[in-house]
Amino acid sequence: MTNTLHRYGNEESFYDDYVVFASPSKGKNDEGSIPKLKKFLEMALPFKPVNVGDPAHGGALRPSRNQTIASHWIRDDQPDFRAVIDGIDEPASVSAVFDNLQTAEKFLKTVKEADLGLCINISTSIANAQKCCRFAGIAPHSIGYSLGFEGKTEKLPNTQILALTTMCGHGMVSSSLAKKMIDWVKEGRRTPEEAVVYLTRFCSCGIFNPSRAKRILEAARTKME
Amino acid sequence: MKINPDKCVACGNCTYVCPVGAIYVDPVIKRATVDRNECVECYACYNGLSTERLNPVLVRTVRRLFQMARLRFDPEPDICPTSAFEPEDLQWPRVVRRAFSDPRATHESTGVQGRGTEEVKTNDVTQRVKRGEVGFTIEFGRPGVGVWFRDIQKMTQALAKANVPFEKKNPLTLLMSDVSTGALREDILDEKILSAIVEIKVPIERTEEIIHLVHEVEKEIDSVVALGVGTRCDDNGEENVVSPILQRLGYKLVRAKTNTGLGRITNRLEEPSNADAPIL
Repeated sequence: MTNTLHRYGNEESFYDDYVVFASPSKGKNDEGSIPKLKKFLEMALPFKPVNVGDPAHGGALRPSRNQTIASHWIRDDQPDFRAVIDGIDEPASVSAVFDNLQTAEKFLKTVKEADLGLCINISTSIANAQKCCRFAGIAPHSIGYSLGFEGKTEKLPNTQILALTTMCGHGMVSSSLAKKMIDWVKEGRRTPEEAVVYLTRFCSCGIFNPSRAKRILEAARTKME
Repeated sequence: MKINPDKCVACGNCTYVCPVGAIYVDPVIKRATVDRNECVECYACYNGLSTERLNPVLVRTVRRLFQMARLRFDPEPDICPTSAFEPEDLQWPRVVRRAFSDPRATHESTGVQGRGTEEVKTNDVTQRVKRGEVGFTIEFGRPGVGVWFRDIQKMTQALAKANVPFEKKNPLTLLMSDVSTGALREDILDEKILSAIVEIKVPIERTEEIIHLVHEVEKEIDSVVALGVGTRCDDNGEENVVSPILQRLGYKLVRAKTNTGLGRITNRLEEPSNADAPIL
């Protein structure tokens, strides 16, 4: 899941970004893993995640195939965490996204105590991960560092757009849509809350952090980079 | 991916959601059109847009009236109002575009969705990267730039020349015609994808050499590269071996993925078959 690794931002910008995910490994701990994956997300709910997801079906906010013309005025913008949990039907990484350190710490501790046997990772700043692990009494096994983007970086968009789009590491949130949402917020055509819902629906595995995205959009309203 | 011209109303919503900007409204036919050369078959348009089934003639008429009156039409930006997107039955070699670009398409070779294998996220049960080793994920094309296989081959060939072994289960490795030279299959070189990950593993002593090599080769690649470096922690959960090397090379380490080590091998062990039994 390198898709959580290369989020753009400095250390401070990850204070509200914690992706905790559970992975079964083929041939190692994937047998009978579906109930455990569901339990992992069930355990996350009391800690009020801002998103949960599985890569096969999506996150808590999904596109709909059955919109009517009324959806232009009345639309369900509420995340459906239950649909994500009920929909897990194959062994694959599932994730829960939190927007504050305290809940991420407590959730990780709860996961440790549950001893699911699944591989559990946390993706955030290095300092935040250390705090979470320390709180949960965990000595990490391995670490994967992001060294950021290199090569023809002139092809990348500005840093605000990059901070938004890299929250879907699969690249399903396009730079053009992120730019459009920043513009719409600036113009007052949509609130940051509304704009975030559009962006979140495109993330196909539910790791997009709507809380952090809202903060970035709010900042971009007055200060465009 | 195709857009049905009989259904499309040229609302333009889809032109914004394409991660590589391959959709545009053709001024001649006045319909949204997919640039097949640039399209990476990621299905972000088909999977990400919500859909309505409005009557295209009616929608076009309303849009025309609004346009004549210079009134701004302000629809929801993530809806295709007439369900105009129609997936194609992709054939080889174009089908590899989707395998590397659509996160919901599974690589048949690895059984893993997405672009790579499991790198360090399952290292606590696979022990793939051991103490004294460092695993690299060299990712091309992300975010939203895309990459051609012919560019990726420049990197795989340079790594092979440096005697770097490739991760066997990685989908890119499985597309090599000659792993010893890093050559990819000839028939996929002109295919463009959203992103792909080369996975390698070397002794820690080669960390600096590999990073310098990647820096040199990426100058010849018309895309962006995202480097990830994975390694084992010590018994206290600390990592003080690779990070000093990276910092010495000028990297400011900010973000990481931390494997907590809570994973266990829980699958039942397979009974050894007679065929595997030693001959007495």
